[in-house]
Amino acid sequence: MGLEMFEAFSPWNVLPWLVVLACCEASSGVNTSSNSSALQTPNAWFAASSSDPDERISVFELDYDYVQIPYEVTLWILLASLAKIGFHLYHRLPHLMPESCLLILVGALVGSIIFGTHHQSPPVMDSSIYFLYLLPPIVLESGYFMPTRPFFENIGSILWWGGLGALINAFGIGLSLYFICQIKAFGLSDMHLLQNLLFGSLISAVDPVAVLAVFEEARVNEQLYMMIFGEALLNDGISVVLYNILIAFTKMHKFEDIEPVDILAGCARFIIVGCGGVFFGIIFGFISAFITRFTQNISAIEPLIVFMFSYLSYLAAETLYLSGILAITACAVTMKKYVEENVSQTSYTTIKYFMKMLSSVSETLIFIFMGVSTIGKNHEWNWAFICFTLVFCQIWRAISVFVLFYVSNQFRTFPFSIKDQFIIFYSGVRGAGSFSLAFLLPLSLFPRKKLFVTATLVVIYFTVFFQGITIGPLVRYLDVRKTNKKESINEELHIRLMDHLKAGIEDVCGQWSHYQIRDKFKKFDHQYLRKILIRKNLPKSSIVSLYKKLEMKQAIEMVETGILTSAAFSARVQGTKRLSPEDVESMRDILTHNMYQVRQRNLSYNKYNLKPQTSEKQAKEILIRRQNTLRESMRKGHSLPWGKQAGTKNIRYLSFPYSNPQTARRDLRAAESTGNWMRLISVFLQRIWVPGSIAQDPC
Amino acid sequence: MGSRSSHAALIPDADHIRRETGFSQASLLRLYHRFRALDRNQKGYLSRVDLQQIGALAVNPLGDRIIDSFFPDGSQRVDFSGFARVLAHFRPVDEEDSRIQDLKQPEPLNSRMNKLRFAFQLYDLDRDGKISRNEMLQVLRLMVGVQVTEEQLESIADRTVQEADEDGDGAVSFLEFTKSLEKMNIEQKMSIRILK
Repeated sequence: MGLEMFEAFSPWNVLPWLVVLACCEASSGVNTSSNSSALQTPNAWFAASSSDPDERISVFELDYDYVQIPYEVTLWILLASLAKIGFHLYHRLPHLMPESCLLILVGALVGSIIFGTHHQSPPVMDSSIYFLYLLPPIVLESGYFMPTRPFFENIGSILWWGGLGALINAFGIGLSLYFICQIKAFGLSDMHLLQNLLFGSLISAVDPVAVLAVFEEARVNEQLYMMIFGEALLNDGISVVLYNILIAFTKMHKFEDIEPVDILAGCARFIIVGCGGVFFGIIFGFISAFITRFTQNISAIEPLIVFMFSYLSYLAAETLYLSGILAITACAVTMKKYVEENVSQTSYTTIKYFMKMLSSVSETLIFIFMGVSTIGKNHEWNWAFICFTLVFCQIWRAISVFVLFYVSNQFRTFPFSIKDQFIIFYSGVRGAGSFSLAFLLPLSLFPRKKLFVTATLVVIYFTVFFQGITIGPLVRYLDVRKTNKKESINEELHIRLMDHLKAGIEDVCGQWSHYQIRDKFKKFDHQYLRKILIRKNLPKSSIVSLYKKLEMKQAIEMVETGILTSAAFSARVQGTKRLSPEDVESMRDILTHNMYQVRQRNLSYNKYNLKPQTSEKQAKEILIRRQNTLRESMRKGHSLPWGKQAGTKNIRYLSFPYSNPQTARRDLRAAESTGNWMRLISVFLQRIWVPGSIAQDPC
Repeated sequence: MGSRSSHAALIPDADHIRRETGFSQASLLRLYHRFRALDRNQKGYLSRVDLQQIGALAVNPLGDRIIDSFFPDGSQRVDFSGFARVLAHFRPVDEEDSRIQDLKQPEPLNSRMNKLRFAFQLYDLDRDGKISRNEMLQVLRLMVGVQVTEEQLESIADRTVQEADEDGDGAVSFLEFTKSLEKMNIEQKMSIRILK
């Protein structure tokens, strides 16, 4: 019998062997034809092993060169991840300093290790690797996580501030440094205007999002968030565009005979590059949204589609020398809304996490590279240049902030206060972007490249460490809270109640915005775009089944804990009792730590983390409580009068007792007719949980 | 959906509402748009169901009570003037308002007292002018996660009433309530910037 099977399989046996042989040949072919330094080593390995006939087969061999690059890169990333874990273990640290500080320190550590052991660091970063592989994930992540509604509401201010601010900073710093360079005493006179302008453009690339986490809890208002976020979004794109244009200029006119025509051409190119990139991004965004409409049966490839199309938009734009950064940003913004509705829940989570992961890896690598560059021999120090760079960075940022906001405040409904403007000024922290651009300057065109790199490093270190660490206390100081730390229990409770009340009333008021444009877009969106891009008949049943699943699990848990605690119910304390201060303290602690958080109006962005799940857990508890109320009132058929134990141990899981069972029933009927999904679920659940009691209900 | 014209003349009793609430013309218009957007079937008034459609209120621990505060005296519908009246409590307090205090005119709806009264009614459901221990306990239950035991909640409720209660009747009257909050900046806590 075994033989028969063997007979049957024998023709198929040959096939895998053929495949394996083909693979071996292909790989060896690749090996012989590649000329990258890392891949030469397998050749050497083959050569070494075949050239020496006397050599015995050794039991142990060490071949580090073969794995060097991936091995070291992985070690770096792992080291940074471990450092981040350590960073977050001590929960106060993330509020003291931005996470960029940590990454820079890790980079410096790795750099010192490499320098100390005289190791040849692998050539991870060169121009093509940076622009093709390291930069797109970072930009994609910031574009994807941008909250669209506030962005578009403030788009005028954001474009004005982000666009014009970057330009003013770049040219301002460049020109001032040029004038400094003209002073003979500093020994910098060989740097001509273009080089200074280029330096200005790369040093003006800020990364303010890195400091957002530090003053997040100071309840910065929505507009301020959007300004900072929008600036970060546009800033990278604009500085890279400027950088490329100025490099093209430098290549063309080494002898400073630039004509006005060229300058005009440069401006025109700037506009075309910018707008062209955005246009490409939007087209790719729509295409990818359209394709996700059809992927319901193979939801595993949905993240792939999202990422590949975004990347493709970047590459396509770069092919035509348009701004890939703006393209990928526009693509992310456009497709986010439609993709989120089309893809399955798990794909959505995967996309979010994978994006964070990729961008985090990219940024880690860049920072480590920065650390490696810091601790090395290729520096050039010039006191004048570096000090003046620092000074001018701050001055020009201050000028651009205060002037531009003064102008835009005239047109805004809710102007920015001086305090807001100061926060925006102070959050001008430089990041990985400037370093990369400085590092990638072509040495042939910039003989004093080392000076630029050193100056950039100094500015980054200064802004990240000094400004990053002091911005937290500064914001808290400006935001003068009640210094009365010892709030009584009364006050705590009432404060929290009022916060919830305010959040609720804000939700009732809804979002107020420039109605006309937004309404027009919404109408257009509803009539045309959604019909094309969103899947038909979105499975509402999946929402229902998800809710049912979570509700059952939660309800079981809650009932179990409920029964446990009410069993330990001791007699109610009558009258007043003298409570010791420790008791009061512990009561206050219980209250502080267990009260529900006020709902943030969904603007809390952390560059390195996704929002923790506690708010979801809280929302579930509240929702389930309300559903329980509905169910209880249905089952009992009477209200829960005050002051009486309603005979159910689950009284704490009820929210508001409906005074009138008629209203509850009418609500259910109304819910079915209006099709509100939550109400629909409650009705659905009624039928599951309380099979007998709604017999008399006309529903 | 309804007519697109945003003429102020569409708002019924616009002048009366403006005087009563103190909203600016622009704010009142925006509120009216919001009212019409919430009013699903163009009935001209809002019912509880309309307000329950606001998803965010469902995950607010006080969502039901906030909705109820729009329907004073057990009515089942709220028209635009009632809607505006409730929201007027949350208007930011202008410096000028507090100065031009004409004694003959009633207190503006967004005064500190009225804000406190609004918050008080969230606690005091049976409208007897006092927050009993049970009412305090109910609110605590709403606002605290399920990991706190019933016993702890009861003792916290006891303590809360005890701290504020001065005349020893075991309940917190409105005056005692305001007294316990005299150090708090209510005007800022209960003001919504966009309602200026």
